[in-house]
Amino acid sequence: MLRCIVRLQSQVGNAFSLSKVCPRNQYYECVARYSAATAERKRFYQDVSISQSEGGLYEINLDQRKLKTPGGKLFTVPNEALAIAVATEWDAQRDTLKFYTMHLTTLCNTALDNPTQRSKEQMITAALKFLETDTICYRVDEPHGLVELQRNEWDPVLQWIEKRYNVTIGSSASILGPEIPEATKDTLRQHLKSHNFWSLTGLEYVITQLKSIVLSLGMIDRHLSVEQAVLLSRLEEEYQIRRWGNVEWAHDYDMYELRARTAAGALFVHLTSESSTVKHKLLQD
Amino acid sequence: MPGSTPLQSQHRSKMAALSSPLRVCRGILKELRAIQGPSYKKSLAYNYIMDQFRKNKVTGEKYCRAKQEAHHASHTYLCLLASTRNHLVLHNLYHGKGERSPEEVAGLVGLRLPTQPGGKGWEK
Repeated sequence: MLRCIVRLQSQVGNAFSLSKVCPRNQYYECVARYSAATAERKRFYQDVSISQSEGGLYEINLDQRKLKTPGGKLFTVPNEALAIAVATEWDAQRDTLKFYTMHLTTLCNTALDNPTQRSKEQMITAALKFLETDTICYRVDEPHGLVELQRNEWDPVLQWIEKRYNVTIGSSASILGPEIPEATKDTLRQHLKSHNFWSLTGLEYVITQLKSIVLSLGMIDRHLSVEQAVLLSRLEEEYQIRRWGNVEWAHDYDMYELRARTAAGALFVHLTSESSTVKHKLLQD
Repeated sequence: MPGSTPLQSQHRSKMAALSSPLRVCRGILKELRAIQGPSYKKSLAYNYIMDQFRKNKVTGEKYCRAKQEAHHASHTYLCLLASTRNHLVLHNLYHGKGERSPEEVAGLVGLRLPTQPGGKGWEK
């Protein structure tokens, strides 16, 4: 549909010529595809259970059938806790399947299928890119209340991470953002490398949601809770809400969605990281 | 949690009630009951959660790392369940219902779509 409109604007610009610009079958195919995507799947199973296969991996069973990923592979998870959490998500569905509430399932599918064929290095590079424009490091000059708030709430987290990983990350009010030294990036790259592929999938997801490496690492290292991390990520919004009022269908909706996704990502990372001994080598406790 | 800043402590006073493991456990059980109805005690999640809470309850040390980790994980899971539920409530309350199908639209003004016995040209 969009393709047709773009061609229309570039060629004719006349709404009545739609049928001339865009062949009929293409137009109706676009419509059919869109309505197929919005058609909801009904819940087709009664019971959800988990079972263990020979490799020690856990599978999810819907009635008697094994769950598969969208890519067609068998859905397997490495530990029982994650399997139970995914099973609970499937069990929570009522008449229709609402995939946008099943965050852990989505994360597992991404880790299993890897639809965009990314390697660990690509994911680490993408995650580190967030550091240059990290939420915590980008400060404003005005209004004064927000400047104060940013200083009081974000500075302690910056101090914590600088101490914990022995790095330097400044904060800056300029449009270019802070200058991050290469040593910092290398230290954090080493730390990110210590995660396995599944754990890194979850961690990159959290970083993308919170738009901040500092907050994500703070939450994964259990310095911040999920609610605190989300609050700090949405600090400017919270400031505006206090000033101008809360709009439930926008602010609360976004906040709960962000909390759900971040909590799912954090839980995914914790359940898929093998042990915490590897992290110990890089800490300066 | 260390270092309480003003904004965080305001929000934390809402959360302070949750910081004890007992409250977190109760919260999770409430969420499971909301998901699964009266038979929630037979679910996998219930048994696992109760196991984990019992295992982590008894510890001689004042600062037990595994206990801290389990507490944070349980808090995270409670946040996940509660915020998914709240998000769904708001979604059902406010989200648009989408377009009507052509049949429904025609029905609004009392008309019916014509049927074409040979099928329309572009349909498979």
